[in-house]
Amino acid sequence: MSMISNKRRIFLAIALLLVAVSALAQDRFPRPEFESEYVRPTTTTPAPETNTWAVVDVAALVLALSLASFFALKTRSRRQMFGLMAVSLLYFGFIREGCVCSVGAIQNMALALFDKSTLLPWTVAAFFIIPLLFALFFGRTFCAAVCPLGAAQDVVSVKHARIPTWLGRVLGLIPYLYLGFSILFAATGSAFIICKYDPFVTIFRFTGSFWMVMLAVGFIALSVFVNRPYCRFLCPYGVLLGWMSQLSKHHLSITPNDCIQCRLCEDVCPVDAINKPLPDKAPETRRSGMKRLSRLLILLPAVAILSGWALASTNGLLSRVHPKVALEHRLHLEESGQVTGTTLETRTFKTMGIPREDLKAEVAVIQNQYRVGGWILGIFLGVVFVTQLIGLSVKRTRADYEPNRSTCVSCGRCFLSCPKEHQRLKKEKDTLS
Amino acid sequence: MSNPTDQNKRREFLRDGLRTALGVGLGVLGGLLIGKSKKEETVWQIDPDLCTQCERCADFCVVKPSAVKCVHAYDVCGYCELCGGYNQPDAEELDTAAENQLCPTGAIKRTYVEDPYYEYTIDEEKCIGCAICVKGCGAFGNGSLYLQVRHDRCVNCNDCAIARACPSDAFKRVPASQPYLLRGIQRQS
Repeated sequence: MSMISNKRRIFLAIALLLVAVSALAQDRFPRPEFESEYVRPTTTTPAPETNTWAVVDVAALVLALSLASFFALKTRSRRQMFGLMAVSLLYFGFIREGCVCSVGAIQNMALALFDKSTLLPWTVAAFFIIPLLFALFFGRTFCAAVCPLGAAQDVVSVKHARIPTWLGRVLGLIPYLYLGFSILFAATGSAFIICKYDPFVTIFRFTGSFWMVMLAVGFIALSVFVNRPYCRFLCPYGVLLGWMSQLSKHHLSITPNDCIQCRLCEDVCPVDAINKPLPDKAPETRRSGMKRLSRLLILLPAVAILSGWALASTNGLLSRVHPKVALEHRLHLEESGQVTGTTLETRTFKTMGIPREDLKAEVAVIQNQYRVGGWILGIFLGVVFVTQLIGLSVKRTRADYEPNRSTCVSCGRCFLSCPKEHQRLKKEKDTLS
Repeated sequence: MSNPTDQNKRREFLRDGLRTALGVGLGVLGGLLIGKSKKEETVWQIDPDLCTQCERCADFCVVKPSAVKCVHAYDVCGYCELCGGYNQPDAEELDTAAENQLCPTGAIKRTYVEDPYYEYTIDEEKCIGCAICVKGCGAFGNGSLYLQVRHDRCVNCNDCAIARACPSDAFKRVPASQPYLLRGIQRQS
């Protein structure tokens, strides 16, 4: 007992002395020379995962997209679509744990385009581009049955609560904001907010902080009553898919042949994406239409510049999302006595001996990126806002019930509401028998 | 004024043009990015010389428990009986009793080699990557214990949550062909 404590005292004395000499000392104790046949083991180095999964993932993506497009446009079957959706949820969601996903890939694309040193795994590029290409030809079939985030909401959907049109319009602006800010934060290397605040990954991985679990539970509970709340009012990738789908070569139609304006499909769409016929009741003169349009077109640059300026001038605040800027800000607060106490970041920074000027220079570069980025983002958001207004003010005539190409997620729930579809199915059955 | 069919044709033409433009745009973007991805693949690793043992590796990893584990450079180790990485500084006895061990999960296994030497091995199933032992070893010993990202566990997130949280920028991307930053004779030049 006393032997040990004596030994320890000596040891501690030597150790403390050595600590004082050098913090990074590596040779305080000599390497023993063993008399027995003991051989020193070596550190094992398990190799990184190979790319086999990546190939399987991309193949699965293409297969699922092809099937989803086939079910939406050719076989016109909600049941098949649901089956595929369940499989996608299982594979892309629970087996692959929601990573890599097309929604988050936006950020990788932004970072890779703006930061030359970053490299982009080809799978991420494939996951970003392939669904957009499919949307360009077949509409948003990715949303219907491939995206695990959409599937997680759609499988629990029971009721389809109507959302007032005006509220839908306002909430529909959020995805543009989310898209813009996530690109800004990713391009400046500050944060990947889409991944960080993805509520569904929590479910796929069965882990997450308390608040993320609450968010996930909230979204799933909401999805029971309101179909696909994330897809409609948050998803930034949905914005891009919507643009593609708007111009798509083919798109699912509610009726298999002719619309007879029976109104039966009017309320079946869970995401309110069915456009009703608009008869040309009171034809507007070309002159008054032009007048309204030109007023909005004058408004466009004003709104764009104003919001661009607003975001660019708040770059000091916005840039604090970047850890380096946050560190500099905190150091400044500590030095000027505005806060008491230190954080792990500031303590570590001080022990590392990096000159403060180096940090300040780095922060200046980042803040400048935020100024430029703020201008671009502000102009983008201004243009989006006014374009939405123009979309509201332009009167289009429409004869039939049609899916709204940019918001329709091709889920296929409307098919069976159409009497013409029942006719088609019956004919099909007859020819088979 | 043009008649409706002309208008429809014009719209169709515009849509076709825009669609082609978007398709070509996506193709160009894809080509650009494929060019970027041609460079060698990289993985995350900890530079043990920059690590400050802040314990965040244990908490921030999306893999639970963390994909960061303590590893041992046996050729740097002194094989001491009193080990700064193994024993509690105020331990009553230098034995293997849990209350005398520094590791919160008892992940370090001590085996007798020959008098007076002991071998220390890490049980990775138990290790949570908290670096408490690393701190002890670095402060009182040779620094043979250190943290590494274990690539049989790491899922190689593009935006590594620990790298974001690391206060000393010790996380870096290294070539996938040389995925470790080891100490001792296994160190790569």
